[in-house]
Amino acid sequence: MKISTFFYTIQQGFRNLFRNKWYSLASIATISACLFLFGVFYAIVSNFQNMVRGLEENVCVTVFFEEGITDARIEEIGRMISSRAEVSEVVYISAEEAWEGYQKIYFGDRVDEFIAGYPTNPLYKDMNYEVYLSDVSLQDALVTYLYSIEGVRLVRYSALTANTLGGVNLLVGYVSLGIIVVLLAVSVFLISNTVTIGISVRKEEINIMKYIGATDFFVRAPFVLEGILIGLIGAAIPLWGIHYAYDSVLAYTTEKFSMLTHLLQFLPSETVFGFLTPVCLGVGVGIGFIGSFSTVRKHLHV
Amino acid sequence: MRKRDLKRKQQAKFIEENGVICLDNVSKSYSTGSPALNGISLKVHRGEFIFIVGDSGSGKSTLIKLLLRELVSSSGQVYVMGRDMAKLKNREVPKLRRNLGVVFQDFRLLNDRNVYENVAFAQRIVEVPGREIRRNVPAILATVGLAGKYKAKTRQLSGGEQQRVALARALINNPSILLADEPTGNLDPKNSWEIMKLLEEINEAGTTVVVVTHNREIVNAMQKRVVTMKKGVIISDEEEGAYIDDED
Repeated sequence: MKISTFFYTIQQGFRNLFRNKWYSLASIATISACLFLFGVFYAIVSNFQNMVRGLEENVCVTVFFEEGITDARIEEIGRMISSRAEVSEVVYISAEEAWEGYQKIYFGDRVDEFIAGYPTNPLYKDMNYEVYLSDVSLQDALVTYLYSIEGVRLVRYSALTANTLGGVNLLVGYVSLGIIVVLLAVSVFLISNTVTIGISVRKEEINIMKYIGATDFFVRAPFVLEGILIGLIGAAIPLWGIHYAYDSVLAYTTEKFSMLTHLLQFLPSETVFGFLTPVCLGVGVGIGFIGSFSTVRKHLHV
Repeated sequence: MRKRDLKRKQQAKFIEENGVICLDNVSKSYSTGSPALNGISLKVHRGEFIFIVGDSGSGKSTLIKLLLRELVSSSGQVYVMGRDMAKLKNREVPKLRRNLGVVFQDFRLLNDRNVYENVAFAQRIVEVPGREIRRNVPAILATVGLAGKYKAKTRQLSGGEQQRVALARALINNPSILLADEPTGNLDPKNSWEIMKLLEEINEAGTTVVVVTHNREIVNAMQKRVVTMKKGVIISDEEEGAYIDDED
C-alpha cells in the first residue's frame, strides 16, 4: 500500500464521521449510554467492596496464653502466627497494655476514681496477640490452627462478624459480576446493532466502490476506522463524565462528611479508572472494530 | 520468459483471436425458475461499439453481471480481456473491474461527495499519485462537459449531468471496455443523445463500448452492431442492425 493510500484511508475514516453525522451521533450516544451505566455501576460496586474490605481488616482474633508461659515461647508463637498466609498483621499486647486499654474503655474520664479498687493489674495473665486477617473468610481455619498451638489457652473471635462480612462480600461480588456481565452483553448487543445499521444504510456506497474496482481492504479500511473512532469517542465521553462526577463526589463527601471518613473509605480515582479506562476503551474500540469489520464484510460480495 | 509475461502474451493472443469479450455457450440459472441465459455465444472485438437490446427478462442484466464477475456462469466460458471468469480468484476481481468502465441507469454516484471526489475516487483505488489525480480529473470533466461543476454535490446535478459524472468516473482509468447498462434510461431525449454522442466519441478513441438499452430511437439511428436477446438466448446479431420488436 502506498503511503498516499494510507493517509487517504485515514482521512476518509475521519470524514465518514462527519458525512454521516446523525448515524455517528446515534452510535456515539448508544456507546456512551451503555458504558456510562457500566462505569457508574462499577464505581459504586468497587467502592462498596472496598468499604467492606476495610471493615474486614478491622476484624481481629485475640490469642491468650497459658499461665506460666515463657516470653521466648510467646515470641515463638508470634512468629508461627505471622508466617500464616491468611494473617496480615500480629500485634503483641502486654498485660499492662491490656489493663490500660480496659481502663480507657470502661473507666473513661473517671479512671482515678475506679483505679483505687485495683492495687495490682487484674489482667496480669491476659497478655495476648491481636491477629488481623487478610481474608476474613479464613478465620475458622486460623482459629483451629491457633488452638492446636501448645501454650495457647484461649482464642477469642466473632464468628458472626466474620461470617456476615464474608457473606456480604461474596454476595456483592456475585451480584455485581452478574450485573456487569449483563450490562456488557447489552452494551455489546446495542452498540454492534447501531454500528451494523449505520453501515447497512451505506450498502449502496460499498457496492459502488466494489463495481469500480476497489479492493476489499480499500472499501473496508475507512469504515473500520470510522467504527473505531466512534467506539473511542463513545467510550471517552462517559469516562470523562464519570471521572469528573467521581472526583466531585469524593471532594464533597470529604468536606461535608469528614466525621464518616473512617466508614466511607472511597477508592482513589486512579484505582477505579485504572480499571475502567482500559475496559471502556477496549469495549468501545473493540465493538466498533468488530461491528464495522463484520458488517462491511457482508456487503463486500458484489 | 517469465511466467507472468508468458501468460500476458497468451491473453493478448486470445484477445486477438476471440475478442475482448468472449462468451462460449454460456448458461446461467438461478435457484428458481427458468435459466436467465441459455447457451449464448458472443464475441466482441477490441474497438467495437455494440448494443445489447431485449425486453425485461431477456437476460441482458445477467449478461452484464457475468461480465463484471458479479455472477459466475452455470455452464460455458466467459472471457473478459482474455481472462476466464470462472477461474478468476475473488481477490483478482477488483483488478478486472479497473479494466471495465461501468455506467448504470441510476448513475450510482457517491452522493455525499462532490463531482471531483466521485471521479477522483476511481483513481484513488488504483493508487494514482495525488498530483496526477489533480491533473487528470479536471481534464476528464472537461471531456464530458462538466469542467465548471467539479465542486457541485452530485444531488445538485440534473440526470444528464449525473450520468456525465458517471461516465467521467468510468473513463478516467482508461478502461479497455466500457459497459453501459441502460445509460439513457433516466434521461430526457436531449440528454440521452448527448450521452450517446459522448459514448461514440469514447469508442472512436479506441475503447470498446457495450451498451444495454431499450431506446429504440437511439439504436436505430446509430447504425451500430445490435445483439438482440429474448428469454435468455440471442435471437439476432447484426452489424449496423436495428431494434427488433418483440412481435417481430
